Amino acid sequence: MKNEYIPQLSEIKEVIKHTDLEYTFRMAFDGEVKPGQFFEISIPKYGEAPISVSGIGDGLVDFTIRRVGKVTDEVFENYVGDKLFIRGPYGNGFDINNYKGKEIVIIGGGTGVSPMRGVIQYFAKNPTDAVSTTVIAGFKSPDDVLFKKDFEEWSKTINVIKTVDNAPEEYDGPTGMVTKYIPDLKFQDIKNAVFICVGPPIMIKFTIMEIQKLGVADEQIWTSYERKMCCGLGKCGHCKMDDKYVCLDGPVFNYTEAKELFD
Amino acid sequence: MGYKFSKEEMASIFSKLAVDYDVFAPVVKKGDGTFSDVDVVRYDKVSSLDEIEFEKKSDYSFKEALLPINETIFYFTEDETTVPKGPAKERLVFLRACDLNAVKRLDQIYLKNGFEDFYYKRTREMTKFVLMGCKESCTSGFCVSMGTNTTDEYDLYLKLDGDNAYVEAKDEKLAEAFKSGNEEAVSPDFVSENPTKVTLPKNITPETMKSELFKEYGNRCINCGRCNFVCPTCTCFTMQDIFYKDNEKNGERRRVWASCQVDGYTEIAGGHGFRSDNADRMRFKVMHKIHDFEKRFGYHMCVGCGRCDDVCPEYISYSNLVNCLGKECE
Ligand SMILES: Cc1cc2nc3c(=O)[nH]c(=O)nc-3n(C[C@H](O)[C@H](O)[C@H](O)COP(=O)(O)OP(=O)(O)OC[C@H]3O[C@@H](n4cnc5c(N)ncnc54)[C@H](O)[C@@H]3O)c2cc1C
Ligand code: SF4
Ligand code: SF4
Ligand code: FES
Repeated sequence: MKNEYIPQLSEIKEVIKHTDLEYTFRMAFDGEVKPGQFFEISIPKYGEAPISVSGIGDGLVDFTIRRVGKVTDEVFENYVGDKLFIRGPYGNGFDINNYKGKEIVIIGGGTGVSPMRGVIQYFAKNPTDAVSTTVIAGFKSPDDVLFKKDFEEWSKTINVIKTVDNAPEEYDGPTGMVTKYIPDLKFQDIKNAVFICVGPPIMIKFTIMEIQKLGVADEQIWTSYERKMCCGLGKCGHCKMDDKYVCLDGPVFNYTEAKELFD
Repeated sequence: MGYKFSKEEMASIFSKLAVDYDVFAPVVKKGDGTFSDVDVVRYDKVSSLDEIEFEKKSDYSFKEALLPINETIFYFTEDETTVPKGPAKERLVFLRACDLNAVKRLDQIYLKNGFEDFYYKRTREMTKFVLMGCKESCTSGFCVSMGTNTTDEYDLYLKLDGDNAYVEAKDEKLAEAFKSGNEEAVSPDFVSENPTKVTLPKNITPETMKSELFKEYGNRCINCGRCNFVCPTCTCFTMQDIFYKDNEKNGERRRVWASCQVDGYTEIAGGHGFRSDNADRMRFKVMHKIHDFEKRFGYHMCVGCGRCDDVCPEYISYSNLVNCLGKECE
């Protein structure tokens, strides 16, 4: 029987530095992975941290990690030319089929863009699989922007609004919160729209309020939850909300389900 | 098949069994209780029958025989991990009806909620259960209300009565050990009434979650976590990495029992917590026991053993809270 708690060493193929605090680690991994799923980055002596898959390639997975504490500090400081222990993938992830043929709006805040990056990549590469695709991504300041190259690439095939909360005067580009850009969205048929929204809890809350003003039904909205996790396996209990385990049943939830979940 | 023995005969058979099996049973520990200088009954490995406490309900449940308070997941050196060996011997665990019903809840989480748990499974497969009957009900338990006062999931039933001992062996291999006894029909003692009764709330709505009762009871909670640690159905843990003083590159990863009432349970990076308020924690615990688990798995988590009420240093009564909630939701 497989012991899911034992992490495997995986080679770091490439490190992409977005900001001082946020790097993407491109790692060797063979196996099936879906965008929105996560792995436990597992560093003996330091602990484990659940990290979303931010990209999927041939024999590769990307993790975009924000340096915030014990485990993530260790990853940033000692990765050079090296390997990391990982285990996963866990969680349900996004099902691309739910969005095909729709007018898609993807709204992300900060590292919240990571779990959706695979979805964005898919529709940027296959724009005709959707009626339209719009990405609204919000970052704190121009220095905090992640995936800069991606945004340039994506804007060739899909609509991209990359906004920053605060910017110096000479900054030319969208500013303000992501919510500012929601009322102006245009749809051929609002009933055929789908929204995916991931970010900090407060951002999710206000974004969904704004989306609902458009007259969108709950079934048309998807989100992904971040909760404390100590196993990723439905055992430790920390991620439980009502009768759901975020690590097993989520982290991606349709809003019909998500709105019922109570911390 | 049932057999009758003298107590001495039983004691000698037991001593032989305790060689083939690791036996975990409730024993009295002197002056170790919640309230100082009070004896506590908790589980330990035993080798003779007279070590076992048959009368008093154990303060802590049997669960540490399957889920140690802290369990090494692996040892690590700079570039290697090693999984510790599983149990060397089969084990016998002595417990009562409520607790044997709790085993089903542990199995549910550790074997049937997503992934199978490697460590639990390997111990569980080596474990047989010995039922201790209940001639009389304990005071705080409400197993009858929870439908957990009976069970037929035991491998062995063992009863001491004065100078006599009775067994019913359902497990064939265990039965071998008792073949020398006089055949006699034996059936377990189960209680059919408890002094404590609980009526579960019937119509739980989102409004129930906002009940003032959680505030009232939660405000008195000091977040010690004992109610979770004594509970036979609480299964949460936290991962912990430790390293050794003599060589900091070596150490082990452990899992340690966790409590949803204790600070830090929901805390994520940056100090953000999802249930900082005691009322929310109380609500979370109670709803899991009598609502959420049932919604997911079709039967209630709580087996009504009453231990959480017995242990609470603040005299917070979960069973009272559930009864009051039941009245509110009528
Ligand atoms: C499903 C999911 C996906 C995530 N995806 C990403 C991502 O793509 N990129 C990214 O940078 N971060 C992500 N996070 C957050 C990330 O897991 C935390 O920032 C990280 O655990 C912090 O660990 P640390 O040891 O460095 O920090 P510390 O604050 O030192 O962490 C202490 C302990 O708290 C726990 N913990 C802290 N924060 C979290 C958290 N948010 N969720 C669960 N446990 C936590 C960890 O178990 C850790 O052992 C995700 C979280 C979840 C639940
Ligand atoms: S035993 Fe009592 S005081 Fe301690 S955490 Fe439980 S309810 Fe709170
Ligand atoms: S919640 Fe209390 S009464 Fe119910 S099983 Fe746990 S300890 Fe026993
Ligand atoms: S992370 Fe442990 S149960 Fe979900």
